[in-house]
Amino acid sequence: MGFISRGFRGKRRDTADSGRLPPGQYLVNDYPVLSAGPTPRPNLDTWTFSIEGEIDTPKKWTWQEFLALPAETVTKDIHCVTKWSKFDTTWKGVSFDTLFEGVETAAEYTTQFSDGDYTTNLPLEDLVDGKAWIVYEYNGEPLHPEHGGPARMLVPHLYFWKSAKWIRGVRLDKEQQPGFWETNGYNNYGDPWREQRYWGD
Amino acid sequence: MNMRMADMTLDGNAIGGLLREIFTMEVTNAEATCAGCGAVNAVGRVEVYVHAPGTVVRCPACQQVLMRIVRGEGRYWLDLTGTRTLELVET
Ligand SMILES: [Zn+2]
Repeated sequence: MGFISRGFRGKRRDTADSGRLPPGQYLVNDYPVLSAGPTPRPNLDTWTFSIEGEIDTPKKWTWQEFLALPAETVTKDIHCVTKWSKFDTTWKGVSFDTLFEGVETAAEYTTQFSDGDYTTNLPLEDLVDGKAWIVYEYNGEPLHPEHGGPARMLVPHLYFWKSAKWIRGVRLDKEQQPGFWETNGYNNYGDPWREQRYWGD
Repeated sequence: MNMRMADMTLDGNAIGGLLREIFTMEVTNAEATCAGCGAVNAVGRVEVYVHAPGTVVRCPACQQVLMRIVRGEGRYWLDLTGTRTLELVET
């Protein structure tokens, strides 16, 4: 009995019903590269990260200032809307709780904006309380440009198109402003556990 | 069909099949005018990115988005904001 149940659990760990894989997803071990345009290669001497929009005093960090912020290393499962999921990805970066320290805003929504003119929209509450980071290392190495380096969003509880690559800032919005994919068929929220891929899901 | 490995760019012929699902006329030989810079290019020669949640078509002159095509669950979404004009030719 013990032998059978051990074998069963061992198999389940890699298959869809492990409870870790959202519906409709399959597990990958590599890291597929998705790209909707040319890979930006910004100059780190002029790179900044900003918080703007519905905020009295916009905030802005240079690359050196950003690296000096308190950083965290987190290990998360990620889920791409093109149906692959990858378990136990390890990232280093700055949490939005740190970035939003002292910020007062009437906004309930946000828009992430990136080099290459990519945007994606998220409710503000999905960025705080340990749910979202700006990361600049993957597996202990500087984040490769094709995976969004120098820095990208990490919002692992939503489909990965919400984790904008080549991030340059967040705009605080009073109203929801659909982003690059959200204006053309993709879901405004994107919860992988409820399979919110497209409009109306 | 050409592919530039660095950015995983394909040319417009890569989406000939997808466009035939949407349009009854042949689109790869249609001329698209970029709403950003005004460049005119046959759709077969524009830049296409397919390794993404949808298909993104970009102007080879200025890289602005010409079209975004998303297909899912029996629906298609087609954004032509970046294409000022599409000139199709009867065959
Ligand atoms: Zn153009």
